[in-house]
Amino acid sequence: MSVKYQRLGFRRAYGAFGTMLALFCAALAAAALLAILGYVVVQGIGAINWAFLTQLPHPVGVPGGGVGNGILGTIIVIGIATLMAVPVGLLTGIYLALFGRGAIPEALRFLSDVLSGVPSIAIGLFAYAVLVAPLKHFSAFSASFAFMMLMLPLLVRTSEQAIRSVPQTVREGALALGMSNFRATVFIVLPTARPAIITALLLAIARVTGETAPLLFTAFGSQFWEKNPNNPMAVLALQVFNYAISPYPNWQAQAWAGALLLVVAVLILSLGARLMLRNAMRGLDS
Amino acid sequence: MSTDTGFRRVARFVSPADRGFAAVVYGGSILFALLIVALFVELVIGAWPSIVAFGPSFIWKSSWDPITSKFGALPMIYGTVVTSFIGIALAAFVGIMAAVFLSDFAPRWLATPLSFLIELLAAVPSVVYGLWGLFVLSPFVRTTIGPALQHVLGWTPLFSGPIYGVGLLTAGIILALMIVPTVTAISRDVIAAIPRDLREASMALGATKWETATRVVLPAARVGIFGACILALGRALGETIAVTMVIGNRPQISASLFAPSYTLASVIANEFTEATTSIYISALIELGLILFVVSIVVNALARVMIWSVRGSR
Amino acid sequence: MTAVVTKAGAAVLSTEDLNAYYGAHKAVGDVSIGFDRKAVTALIGPSGCGKTTLLRCLNRIHEVGFDARVQGRVLLEGQDIYAGDIDPMAIRRRVGMVFQRPNPFPTLSILDNALVCAAKGLSRNEKMACAEKALRSAALWNEVKDKLRSSPLRLSGGQQQRLCIARAVAAEPEVLLMDEPTASLDPIATAVIEELIASLAEDFTIVAVTNNMQQAARVSDRTAFMLADETGVGKLIEIDDTAKLFTKPSDSRTEDYITGRFG
Repeated sequence: MSVKYQRLGFRRAYGAFGTMLALFCAALAAAALLAILGYVVVQGIGAINWAFLTQLPHPVGVPGGGVGNGILGTIIVIGIATLMAVPVGLLTGIYLALFGRGAIPEALRFLSDVLSGVPSIAIGLFAYAVLVAPLKHFSAFSASFAFMMLMLPLLVRTSEQAIRSVPQTVREGALALGMSNFRATVFIVLPTARPAIITALLLAIARVTGETAPLLFTAFGSQFWEKNPNNPMAVLALQVFNYAISPYPNWQAQAWAGALLLVVAVLILSLGARLMLRNAMRGLDS
Repeated sequence: MSTDTGFRRVARFVSPADRGFAAVVYGGSILFALLIVALFVELVIGAWPSIVAFGPSFIWKSSWDPITSKFGALPMIYGTVVTSFIGIALAAFVGIMAAVFLSDFAPRWLATPLSFLIELLAAVPSVVYGLWGLFVLSPFVRTTIGPALQHVLGWTPLFSGPIYGVGLLTAGIILALMIVPTVTAISRDVIAAIPRDLREASMALGATKWETATRVVLPAARVGIFGACILALGRALGETIAVTMVIGNRPQISASLFAPSYTLASVIANEFTEATTSIYISALIELGLILFVVSIVVNALARVMIWSVRGSR
Repeated sequence: MTAVVTKAGAAVLSTEDLNAYYGAHKAVGDVSIGFDRKAVTALIGPSGCGKTTLLRCLNRIHEVGFDARVQGRVLLEGQDIYAGDIDPMAIRRRVGMVFQRPNPFPTLSILDNALVCAAKGLSRNEKMACAEKALRSAALWNEVKDKLRSSPLRLSGGQQQRLCIARAVAAEPEVLLMDEPTASLDPIATAVIEELIASLAEDFTIVAVTNNMQQAARVSDRTAFMLADETGVGKLIEIDDTAKLFTKPSDSRTEDYITGRFG
């Protein structure tokens, strides 16, 4: 092959340019994240104080006020959603892990994939149609229902994987001792899979903590303290949204602060989940 | 005389405790399936009056007038398509480049933190993106990016017209940011799964590392990468809150990317609680149904592609 | 070809024309074998000869796997364990199993592992007595009596395996199946368990699969040799008193295996 054909110098330069471009793209994406987080911290940290975290919103024009009811509402809505999602998700995961192959398990997995791709606003419409329109009022419970739908695919898929990842010999060991499938699964296999399942739960909660779209017509929001899930309720993500699109600088500042709270919550949950997973993996290797 | 246990594809549930357990497990799974089926059914029921009233012309009519109860989805479809297209175009380029860098070029000490940061982008709530988009990106588009683009490309209809800051372009950029982690993470997996022998064979033939990456590895991974892009596109199509906050919320079709517009998801978010008549509500639900169907198709397509390259999930 | 069945009346566990499948592949074909009461019977043979599959049919664990199927009869004290009305769980309590790699339940303490199969409704003292008895019969009591509440994962491989033996023994089975029990252990731990097998044989009938011929010769009273035929189906070639099988085997294939000509 002639040296002239190889054009090594040019190709090397082209490659260097390409590599730089690729590096630039990766750095750009990472920098965008830092820029967004940075902005949220800078803009939001000023407005965070005890009053902000514990007070009710003030009426328009009255300075001060807080998102106390939104924080409470977030905890209540996510709490109820978790109570509903975990049994259904875990049981379906158990079914898929125990019954493995076959038309029905595959159909369930397909449905789970379908659900994971549905836009959250459409799920909000579902919750509206089932729990708001017939009862003729907004409620935190309908928001929990929507959140449950959002959490389910994650829970189903990861609990199936978690149960599958328990070594076969543990399950066989339990069965070989004469345990029923019930005892073997509930008392031996599930506890062994527990770290992975809890990780999945934390990630599912992180996912819905920032969700706003379904809340628009399920929880709807409120200006007051509310503990009854049957009533409309303030939720932090919804408050941030409403404040952000409002024309009042006071509220806009609070929107940044609320956004900071959301970001911190989601980060703690996501990182916490990752750490748990890493520790659990280490434990199994001992 | 002799027994044949027969093929057993399922775990065996015999004792009474097991029968109760089996019932509970079956029950939970059936409930799961029913919920998803109910989701589809309820959307259809809710949309039915609108489907009946407007028929297929819903999709190509462009008037969106609550007062006369004439609804057409075209502006929303246009806005959704344009913003998603901008989003995926930007995200695909940046994301695939980033994936190539992270998997084939970056040293471990760089790749791990960078990948982590990019994945973290996926965890940021939508409303935070919207907030940033509204107060940081929109002004930036209005004062810097917009005029620059108009200066260079203003002769095309795409970049003509007044620059409000909010509009199709801003929404497209925000979408790109939101879906770039998806493209990067999956593409990176797909690229990493391409066997080393392929790369080594290419290098042994005298190709540079970059040539190997772009002319050998990427083509080999193209089906999976395309699947990643389709999956990301699916996410972009359904994104609601961030888009609502930066798109201007006006039901119009305009050639300029600087113009405000509407998407299927953002119109529902914006108008649902204000909808007064039942046909209005039904039309909005029909938009939700369209979103639902499109997302299923797109996601199924994506998974088939990714699955075929990555093997079993 | 059926192998020689044991002396009349001495077999507590026996099979008749047993076939076992993984999907369409037959792993064990037409095996009829008997295991003498309170004797140690070793199953030897090259990899893939079906000895582990045969073992797993004896306590109905084979069928737990996907696409696994069993045909034929297995008689425990004269009763077919595969009969339609038999509860597999009850069989597994009467026929215990120790696995190749120790598998103590990782989320239970050592004490709870040993007590997994204890009778229900025992008082605290009765439970401790039961655990102590099981752990003593596995020669583990002295080593763990001070750390009964700690995690079994802290124990060495050999200790974990003895814990699994204690756990199986606590259920008071009639037969104890062992699937290459020392395969993952070092020589010292192996020796401890081989001694243990001898003492366990005073109370239980033992069937042990082993890849180690010397171990079979050391530990067992009777030995059975299995071999896969041309189609990959595992067949029983010969079963006899251990001393006789290793010095004067009846079948030339047995002799080839024992003298190391293959396998």
